[in-house]
Amino acid sequence: MAVEAQIPYQEAMELHHPHSWLTKYWFSQDHKVIAIQYGITAIGVGLVALVLSGMMRLQLGYPDQFDFIDPEAYYQFITMHGMIMVIYLLTALLLGGFGNLLVPLMCGARDMVFPFVNMISYHVYLGSVIILLASYFVPGGPTGAGWTLYPPQAILTGTPGVDWGILLMLGSLAVFIVAFTMGGLNYVTTILQARTRGMTLMRMPLSVWGIFMATVLGLLAFPALFVSAIMMILDKVIGTSFFMPAIVSIGDSLDYAGGSPLLFQHLFWFFGHPEVYIVALPAFGIVSDLISTHARKNIFGYRMMVWAIVAIGVLSFIVWAHHMYVSGMHPWFGFFFATTTLIIAVPTAIKVYNWTLTLWRANIHLTVPMLFAIAFVITFVMGGITGLFLGNVIVDVPLSDTYFVVAHFHMVMGVSPILVIFGAIYHWYPKMTGKMLNDTLGHIHFWVTFLGTYIIYYPMHYLGFVGVPRRYFANGDMAIIDESVIMLNQTITIAALIVGVFQIVFIWNLVYSYFRGKDSGHNPWKATSLEWQTPETPPRHGNWEDKLPTVYRWAYDYSVPGAKDDFIPQTEPRSPEEAAAGRTE
Amino acid sequence: MAEATGLRNLQIVNDWADDVAVFRGVPWGKAMMWIFLLSDTFIFTCFLTSYMTVRMTTAEPWPNPSEVFALEAFGVPVPLLLIAIMTFILITSSGTMAMAVNMGYRRKRGPAALLMVVTAVLGASFVGMQAFEWTKLIVDEGVRPWGNPMGAAQFGSCFFMITGFHGLHVSAGVVYLAIVAYRVWRGRYEKKGYDIIEITGLYWHFVDLVWVFIFAFFYLW
Repeated sequence: MAVEAQIPYQEAMELHHPHSWLTKYWFSQDHKVIAIQYGITAIGVGLVALVLSGMMRLQLGYPDQFDFIDPEAYYQFITMHGMIMVIYLLTALLLGGFGNLLVPLMCGARDMVFPFVNMISYHVYLGSVIILLASYFVPGGPTGAGWTLYPPQAILTGTPGVDWGILLMLGSLAVFIVAFTMGGLNYVTTILQARTRGMTLMRMPLSVWGIFMATVLGLLAFPALFVSAIMMILDKVIGTSFFMPAIVSIGDSLDYAGGSPLLFQHLFWFFGHPEVYIVALPAFGIVSDLISTHARKNIFGYRMMVWAIVAIGVLSFIVWAHHMYVSGMHPWFGFFFATTTLIIAVPTAIKVYNWTLTLWRANIHLTVPMLFAIAFVITFVMGGITGLFLGNVIVDVPLSDTYFVVAHFHMVMGVSPILVIFGAIYHWYPKMTGKMLNDTLGHIHFWVTFLGTYIIYYPMHYLGFVGVPRRYFANGDMAIIDESVIMLNQTITIAALIVGVFQIVFIWNLVYSYFRGKDSGHNPWKATSLEWQTPETPPRHGNWEDKLPTVYRWAYDYSVPGAKDDFIPQTEPRSPEEAAAGRTE
Repeated sequence: MAEATGLRNLQIVNDWADDVAVFRGVPWGKAMMWIFLLSDTFIFTCFLTSYMTVRMTTAEPWPNPSEVFALEAFGVPVPLLLIAIMTFILITSSGTMAMAVNMGYRRKRGPAALLMVVTAVLGASFVGMQAFEWTKLIVDEGVRPWGNPMGAAQFGSCFFMITGFHGLHVSAGVVYLAIVAYRVWRGRYEKKGYDIIEITGLYWHFVDLVWVFIFAFFYLW
């Protein structure tokens, strides 16, 4: 099939148009509705995780003041908070939410290539969330094994939720992976095979590149988690010994023998490290587009940005054991994994430089999405630099399991992607609803969140250097727990509660603006990429008119000298002057 | 960027970076199946790697597969007899599958459907023999997922987990083949074309290929 044979195929794509309320809003096969379903579910479960973190902070700031927080509950808070935030919020929202929303719109497709599979994907995801939350309603409650679920302890007596919680957690993860695979196959195939005329790979907005690479990582990394979940379920339920060595527990020698706990760690981190980039790469891509649009300037070094995304994705598969320096490994392996880890800093630094150079002498509009984007760059540099510390074996070993690690990963993969998600929601909400989000509320939300997270996480670096261990229910009377530590812990708790409560402003803004926001028009940010050129806002099912749009240029023609506006949409044919000037991209 | 200028002149780079589709003429379903199989490869790789790891960590001796999987024939124990037959059947089914794909593209839907049914029957007989093998191990030789009389408990654990997971793949493939064969026979793809048979075939060949690795790493080693 040549291009012209393939295009009518896309244009004539059979869409399953809804016939009832149920098929329009619940079992919808429209990628935009599915994106919103993913978004609402992810944010909902994310709020649960936010409340859990507040409970942890209560205990850490004011130990033993609250009767409802005992050590068991505390460990359950940690575990559920971590797992929900990483998998059920960030992964689901960035790929299921923004992936679904942006990929067909930005590529100029009518929908995902297999809308039915896409619809099933969401409902399976919803199932995994329900299974996970069900663990609060079973005897023993959810598991308290820590979000890494390390065996042998995860399935042994003494860990909270050892009867049911751990099984529901593992089962929920397996179901989530099935959901992700169905969605992910759709995103990758759509990007590879269903772009519109003129949309070459090197004209795709960076958001699409980020989502693409992250989805590929997901498809190759989640299998390791899937396999380890199956094996741990077997260890727990029918008594195999994949991960279980010979163990004496509370005086009894158990029936397990010969398994390898380290195997689980390898499998888990073979998934776990790419997972960091599954979350980070879409954020990288989206933030590039936000910065370029709101700075009215083309992204600096587009090709380098693309190759950096690809390089980071590839490298992320050979760094996993840097999470395991203290598990015991041959020094040569430590050397290898430290080296690959530090090499990742090169493409990552390229991206940071390019964001900064895009801002350099640009016509910066400090809109709410732009504020979040700039906040992301700053926060990401902070988190990235501490990553260089922890990537080195000799620095990592003393800092392992201290609050320094907590500060590092919350900065780099907690706060950073969340800032991008907020920015992206403020940016694309007009396209989804036809209404602008309220600006004042947006500014309040931004400043409280941005400054608040620094008050929360900045001091944790210090706590880590002092030696305060992470995952401890209470620090007791250790010599290192002096006045400064106690004072800081209280400060952090107060800041965390304030930031947590202020997210209500954001939720309220989403609801309020939907009904009372001012109309946005088709292209409020004067952006170039395809999703802003749809004939209707919000785009209808099928996105485009009878004919798919044709793309003539890349997505970053902002402030082009001689052009009549400061942006040229991708659908704008090349002018004779441009052709004469020999501009090819 | 000097390298990029050089890269741009490569035809393969141009093809890949062109608009609409990276893989020209490849239907969506086929591209999607390839990507899915890549992902599934990682699942089986993780299973096999885990098996090799626990085979090394366990302190008990590993049972000898040649003895465990021997079958009595004419009064003599023949090592791996059943497995050899199963492997032969599965590889034969790949052959009939390939013929079905060929028939599909020649738009002979009757023979195509028939060959797919033959493939499915061969697959079902593979699963049947696997059920026989499991029964023999469990009932006669006392192998359990959590332990066995011959040595390391992980032998049984890995065996049941890996062959079970593969058996599920084969069973799913049999159902998939049956459904597609029925639709082919009914003429459902006359207008759309018969890429679907090749897509089904991709899955089937993959399941077959995975078996070769399981055979090599579990039974022969």
